[in-house]
Amino acid sequence: MLAYTIKRLLQGVITVWFIATATFFGMHAVPGDPLAADKEVPPEIWANLQARYGLDKPVPEQYVIYLGNMLKGDFGISYTQQNREVNDIIAEHFKVSATLGILAIVFAAFGGILWGALTALYRNRAPDIVIVFLVILGISVPSFVFAALGQLGVVNINNALGFTLFPVAGWGTVQHMIVPSMVLGLGTMAFLTRLMRSSMLEIANSDFIRTARSKGLPATRVFRKHQLRNAILPVVTVLGPSIAAITTGGFVVEMVFAIPGLGRYFVQAVQQLDYTVIMGTTVFYGAFLVFMVILVDLVYGLIDPRVRLE
Amino acid sequence: MAELSFEPVRVEREVETISRPSLSYWQDAWLRLKANRRALISLYIVIALLLFTVFGPFVWTVDPAAQDLDQISAPPGADRTATVVDDYVPWRGVTVELPAGGSPPAAELLAPGAVSVQGPAETRAVRLAWDPVNGAAAYRVYRNILDPEPDGALGLPIADVLDPAQVSFEDRLDLKPLTYFYSVVAMDALGNESSAYRTAQVDVTRVITAAEAVAKGLAEGGDALQPGDTLKLAAHPLGTDYLGRDLLARLMYGARVSLFIGIVAPFAFVILGIVYGSAAGFVGGRFDQLLMRFADFVVALPFLLFMILLRILFGVGAGESGIYPMMVAMVLLSWPGAARLVRGQILQIREEGYIGASRLLGAKTNYLVLRHMIPNTMGVILVTLTFAVPSAIFTEAFLSFIGMGVAPPTPSWGSMCNEGLKTMLTTPHELIAPAAFISITVLAFNLLGDGLRDALDARMRSAE
Repeated sequence: MLAYTIKRLLQGVITVWFIATATFFGMHAVPGDPLAADKEVPPEIWANLQARYGLDKPVPEQYVIYLGNMLKGDFGISYTQQNREVNDIIAEHFKVSATLGILAIVFAAFGGILWGALTALYRNRAPDIVIVFLVILGISVPSFVFAALGQLGVVNINNALGFTLFPVAGWGTVQHMIVPSMVLGLGTMAFLTRLMRSSMLEIANSDFIRTARSKGLPATRVFRKHQLRNAILPVVTVLGPSIAAITTGGFVVEMVFAIPGLGRYFVQAVQQLDYTVIMGTTVFYGAFLVFMVILVDLVYGLIDPRVRLE
Repeated sequence: MAELSFEPVRVEREVETISRPSLSYWQDAWLRLKANRRALISLYIVIALLLFTVFGPFVWTVDPAAQDLDQISAPPGADRTATVVDDYVPWRGVTVELPAGGSPPAAELLAPGAVSVQGPAETRAVRLAWDPVNGAAAYRVYRNILDPEPDGALGLPIADVLDPAQVSFEDRLDLKPLTYFYSVVAMDALGNESSAYRTAQVDVTRVITAAEAVAKGLAEGGDALQPGDTLKLAAHPLGTDYLGRDLLARLMYGARVSLFIGIVAPFAFVILGIVYGSAAGFVGGRFDQLLMRFADFVVALPFLLFMILLRILFGVGAGESGIYPMMVAMVLLSWPGAARLVRGQILQIREEGYIGASRLLGAKTNYLVLRHMIPNTMGVILVTLTFAVPSAIFTEAFLSFIGMGVAPPTPSWGSMCNEGLKTMLTTPHELIAPAAFISITVLAFNLLGDGLRDALDARMRSAE
């Protein structure tokens, strides 16, 4: 277990290093001067700026400095907001994205398990058919349509109630968080429901369920203790990639609901060619995703003792 | 025991004969797919969508960039009749005689006594007049498409009438055949509005002059048209967008972008994945480990970043359409999934008996890979391809939605959704039409993928 953990973590570090390197050289391969401004800058000032950002040094040296700083956890200073550190930007905006993402994944996981279990319980009856139809709809509708519909729904609810139950946009209170996180989690919930359903049905036909029934266990106990518990496992496996998809894919929702998250900030930085912010955010996101997947894999080993971590 | 108790078993030769014709793998798969009604309907939908994209513009020959200014943001099935009228004659307005030295300032500005419509209310002009207010130095006119009552929401201020003697206003601003609510508010010399207002409800009819009708090709010659005749405007089966462009035509041209990317990009990256995965799987060992580690790295690369880098490399500026950078980014970053799948299959097949037999008979490596291994993984590949199409369509829609893909005026389903979103509350059909097309396409490919998986690969059959 320990050896496996260390091995996985090492692989994760190598992956992050690869991302950092690819990002660094990718950014430097792009033509264009990050310090170019709308106004003509005197050459002395331009030279000073180059020196401040270390751009006057040869690229390999810049790379070494960049990696060294990154090891210390320092991503440098933003190019467009010249008194703001990238670390501050990430710290401030990732909190928001992470909150949104965690709420969305909790919503998606609980919803997916619940609906998936229900469909399996009512197989080929009305609830099953309705939920399967909704799931197919949920997988086929793009997230920005959900976001738009969610906002429309908020407007209608507020109109019907006569007061603002959920704010239409913005961030801050719990009411702000509910609708965006539900919208963000909807696609994943549909996917997890589908997975849960097929996993439930597969297990319903297995030998140990038949044994449990034949030895006289009450149906609810068989369902809860044997079927449900085993069926959740595949759902746990895909949670890692899902967390990754949700925290990084929150951009559309952040845009529609005007939420000051890191995704929105990242795209802004990209449009303004803010090198340090792009590199810092990319490496940060990459590391986050890599270690999230490792974490879920390790947790999976704890939940299911049959899975040998090798 | 009597000898008669036993009877010799007769050999029945017929058991040995095959009564049904032998089916190839693909024939068998096709039979199974045909039996799956959901998948079959999806297949028809996919074919219909392709026909819609390829041949649609030949049938529905409306220019997707042409603006129909008479019908802006018209929902499908909207009334498209217009009344023919005489040419426009300028209006002098209504003025009143003010006492010498202007009207005396009043303690409180009241609402105008009445607001009336002068002449017919038409899309080319609505002429309003109101009773003068004591002490008013100016008037402000508001227009709203909703009733201001009970909230007092007057809508947009569309004019300030700065001459207190002038008690009329002619609205010619972007009128549509709707019901408008005009409110008139008096203002004092300092420009402060009174809180009292008077509202008039105006039903506007769509009009067109004979000359305009001829110019727009709606009528043969102007002589045949008499004022008062009604005329049918151009048809828009799915309505028009906020610039008056035909949505059906735009959806057809948009499908060319969306489906082009949605089908070509998956093809390209699945082929790349097949080559990469089969090389890794067939050679195996260290080489395989190295290739797969690299694939893991590629998975971890941030897509959006590479999308942006490619846009810059291709010389696509902000606000320009970049179909090729989008495709290249998808191909370069999406192949590892297919590669991993093919590699797994090849590793499995490599150990099969028939490969060994073929090798014993002297088959060369190329022959083994091309004749035995790849055809046997074809089922899995085809399923991957079908599932890759929806995700590519989603990616295109997402990128165009955030402004990194196709930019106006080029239509794509994603960019159309982006435009429709802005007017979602007032004219939802502009969002619904492209969103429905995306959803139907994705749904059809998903269900077809499910059906193909069940038909092609018994081991992957879903429990549905």
